Amino acid sequence: MTTAHPPASAPAAEHSHGGYNLTGFIIFLCSESIIFLAFFAGFTVLKLSSPVWLPEGVEGLEVRMPFINTVILVSSSFVAVLAEKALHRRALWSFRGWWLLTMLMGAYFVYGQYVEWSELAFGLGSGVFGSTFYLLTGFHGLHVITGILLMGLMLLRSFRPGNYNGGEAGVASVSLFWHFVDVIWIILFLLIYVWQRH
Amino acid sequence: MSDSIVFDPRVLRAPHPVPGAPDNWKRFFGFNTDAKVIGIQYIVLSLFFLLVGGLLAMIIRGELITPPSDLVDPTVYNGLYTMHGTVMLFLFLFPILNGLNNLLIPPMIGAPDMAFPRLNAAAFWLVPVFGVLLMASFFVPGGPSSSGWWAYPPVSTQNPLGHLVNGQFLWILAVAISGVSSIMGAINFTTTILRMRAPGMTFFRMPIFCWTAAAAQTIQLIGLPSLTGGAIMLLFDLSFGTSFFKPEGGGDPMLYQHFFWFYSHPAVYVMVLPVFGIFSELLPVYARKPLFGYKVVAVASFGITFLGLIVWVHHMFYSGTPQWMRNLFMVTTMLIAVPTGIKVFAWLGTLWRGKLRLATPMLFCLGGIVNFIFAGITGVMLATVPIDIHVGNTYFVVGHFHYVIFCTITLGVFAAIYHWFPKFTGRMYYEGLGQLHFWITFVGSALNFLPMHWSGLMGMPRRVASYDPEFALANVLASLGAFLLGVAMIPFLLNMVSSWARGPRAPANPWNAIGLEWLLPSPPPAENFEHDVPTVIAGPYGYGLGEPLVADQDRFIARSEEA
Repeated sequence: MTTAHPPASAPAAEHSHGGYNLTGFIIFLCSESIIFLAFFAGFTVLKLSSPVWLPEGVEGLEVRMPFINTVILVSSSFVAVLAEKALHRRALWSFRGWWLLTMLMGAYFVYGQYVEWSELAFGLGSGVFGSTFYLLTGFHGLHVITGILLMGLMLLRSFRPGNYNGGEAGVASVSLFWHFVDVIWIILFLLIYVWQRH
Repeated sequence: MSDSIVFDPRVLRAPHPVPGAPDNWKRFFGFNTDAKVIGIQYIVLSLFFLLVGGLLAMIIRGELITPPSDLVDPTVYNGLYTMHGTVMLFLFLFPILNGLNNLLIPPMIGAPDMAFPRLNAAAFWLVPVFGVLLMASFFVPGGPSSSGWWAYPPVSTQNPLGHLVNGQFLWILAVAISGVSSIMGAINFTTTILRMRAPGMTFFRMPIFCWTAAAAQTIQLIGLPSLTGGAIMLLFDLSFGTSFFKPEGGGDPMLYQHFFWFYSHPAVYVMVLPVFGIFSELLPVYARKPLFGYKVVAVASFGITFLGLIVWVHHMFYSGTPQWMRNLFMVTTMLIAVPTGIKVFAWLGTLWRGKLRLATPMLFCLGGIVNFIFAGITGVMLATVPIDIHVGNTYFVVGHFHYVIFCTITLGVFAAIYHWFPKFTGRMYYEGLGQLHFWITFVGSALNFLPMHWSGLMGMPRRVASYDPEFALANVLASLGAFLLGVAMIPFLLNMVSSWARGPRAPANPWNAIGLEWLLPSPPPAENFEHDVPTVIAGPYGYGLGEPLVADQDRFIARSEEA
């Protein structure tokens, strides 16, 4: 399926399935990264130009718990790679195990985010600091949740007999999405938690 | 072709008594995944919204025919021009170009359909969704959005009546859904062009329309997320108490302008690039000559993509931008005249000593090119900081913009509709009505938009319902032109409807044109070439060279004619 066109013998119904899914998904991720780029640029500009940054009574952000969260999310990316490798060997149960572990690590991250949000002393309306904090972490969190749901879908599909006869584009795409969500988080963590001085 | 399954092409092309058959009109009203059905759905729906946007324009021009504000309330007037701009861009031009992409790209590159047919259909059905949303904003308390199609804060973050669902809220929601639909389309078009070309069709054998479509969709992919990001922030500022763009909370209204124009300037190239493609496709057909400088024209498309993404600040010269930024963006903006100039030069080179056939599509092409040269000149004028600061926010800008968006892009779209009408409907249009449509449109557009440059240079601001009587003459002329453009829709619609219903049957290749789509019957079967895809052996514009486009060309011609 590396030629410019599917082989002439491909049945008519499979035109859409070729090797195009991964291509399309990579294009989508490139485009999606621009939204984050826009948010990062907006955050940087606002932080550099705003006369007041932290809302009254707020000292800054606690870093320890988010750091643990970061470590878990970033390591989950490696677990996802293990799952992919297992699938490549056709070790289905091993794949499902690693894949489920990735999902659980992602779910722990979302839980950690929830705990952090519920303990914060500022809200969405607390000036530009609160606005950017909740927008960036929230928009990223939405992507993490989407990633977990997509992984769940892939996990269910793995039980369908013959699911991988046509390749593993679905798992490869979701895995790619997960790495993407991770990289975005690393940048986000550096911007929001590490770069706190105004 | 070592087929394991043998298809009898006649069976595949015989009329099926099932959904999907050519005579089954009901398929245009459902969730259909055939790119050709989706293409026609896009085009018909966007022509409906052209009428809606045109009606709004004529109410605006009716107001402006006399200096005082007398036809509508000035507040209503604000809503009218906001909705006119939004409808024309998001519900007419973007969808109609996506319609042309859907119709043209798969047959032009020999693909059976788009890469993701279901995604394609979903992208289309989002258009009526945000269309209804936008139309519904006329009926909410406070009326539709009145902040102009730029929706600059602080105007766009005002919510005096305090309702959560207000005109501005619906506007942002509609624009966001439109963005999702466009991104879905862009992923589909780029993947299709990258992965589904016929054997032998290298990038440098691809028709220019596909090059320009790819260049335009690349802009969508890079630029549109910036507008989406800005729109999300604006929505939160408007409805959920954040302060991204509110100075009182530490925010910055200029930031929105950057987000907005980073997409919305290149958005003009998203619309004009496919039209450059249409000019480049049509001129060789009607001048019977190869396209002059094919490779340079193809690559220049991506030159426009690249430069188009680094010029956005020229919309903000008078927004208090620092001088170094103005100088930088003045230079990049002027540079964009180079790749566009190359294209104009190539079109003139194609026309030079050609055997011109002045059929309706060619007339629209030539009219569009003449208008584009004028629009380009005023564009370079506007790129100059001192001139822009003088005429910014006047009717000069409105005139320039409409010369691009209507006099070039819309004329080019009409050219494409007439040129490919026989291919996709299987019927010929009536030449006399087509030419009547062209001449009324051409005269009407000049009458409408040329005087705007004059009143703008004299200092008439845009977005006002009343003005100084010294601008009266220019405005009367413009209004007459606008009504003439309204009249021009009558022969067009009459032609389209009657030709489609009972026009003479179209042969496979009525214009004697070169291209894979002309090797298909008119209208093409559901999956174009099915599994018998021709192998491309030559470049796309071999007019007068006598070389075949594909291997075994006579067989494909015979097959397309027998259908």
